[in-house]
Amino acid sequence: MIALLALVAGAVVGLFLQPTVPLALQPYLPIAIVAALDAVFGALRAYLDGVFDDKVFVISFVSNVLIAALIVYLGDQLGVGGQLSTGVVVVLGIRIFTNVAEIRRHVFHA
Amino acid sequence: MPERSRVRAGLASRPSRGQAAVAVLLALLGFAAAVQVRSNTEGGNYPGARRGDLAQLLDSLDAAQQRAQKQIAELEATKLQLESSSSKNVTALQQARQEAANLAILAGTVPATGPGVVIRIDDPDGAVGAATMLNAVEELRDAGAEAIEIDNTARVVAQTYFADNGGSISVDGEPVSPPYVIDAIGSAATLAVAVNFPGGLADEVKALGGTVEVQQETQVDITSVAQQPSPEYASPTP
Repeated sequence: MIALLALVAGAVVGLFLQPTVPLALQPYLPIAIVAALDAVFGALRAYLDGVFDDKVFVISFVSNVLIAALIVYLGDQLGVGGQLSTGVVVVLGIRIFTNVAEIRRHVFHA
Repeated sequence: MPERSRVRAGLASRPSRGQAAVAVLLALLGFAAAVQVRSNTEGGNYPGARRGDLAQLLDSLDAAQQRAQKQIAELEATKLQLESSSSKNVTALQQARQEAANLAILAGTVPATGPGVVIRIDDPDGAVGAATMLNAVEELRDAGAEAIEIDNTARVVAQTYFADNGGSISVDGEPVSPPYVIDAIGSAATLAVAVNFPGGLADEVKALGGTVEVQQETQVDITSVAQQPSPEYASPTP
């Protein structure tokens, strides 16, 4: 419950404060968000499976974000930043779809 | 339903330390997502673009600008060319017009005006003939007369002929009768001297029993024009 409220609160704060993204973070933020979403959906699925663990979620969330940012950074250094970001988004998207399918099976039994 | 009850339990559960950490992370996620969405919708196309794409975009813009500059230079050159050629044409046209006007005066096809003399030849005996008139015209031409007219009706040009017509003269077939009035445009003083010089027109007419009167005018108007038929056989050599 408090987690959902925190999500909504964070979004509201972001909308109302209207901060600008620092230039150094600009390439990483979108990928980091997608990675975090992957972690969140994974956590939801684990919760419904009954194997959810706070520690695992925190670690997977942080490591997902960091690795995604690292991959993009590496890609930028190698000159294939665009392609690598696309690849990361595709992989994370597939994972999100898989997790959501599992969640759907739990919720709707279908 | 174990899931349903678990969800209900999760939503209802008291916050623990672990849940607080999850909440902080989710708040961070919500915040970041909101910020990213806002910056994406606000900043147009370029803030999200990558460095390579931007460089490419810049390159293509540079190339387009160079093309445009080149085009501008070419068009400017064309414009300059057209302007200079049109001004050349205008000058040529003006020259041609000037020349046509000069030739028209010499050919006698247009009225003319200018300083000159009016010569009046009284011939009570009818002794002044075509030969005398021809001499008069020759002398006036020698003195630089540019346009000559007899009795306000006959313009004297290159093709003009004089014929005796029993007490009067016909000029180009037009009969003129005494007193003969000759209008000539040219240097008035020079023309007057040419008529009066010893053994000239004045003396000749006096010998025939007539009188010659020369008036110098600052403006002599010659209104009659000569008919100039187009040449039937001759054409200009290119």
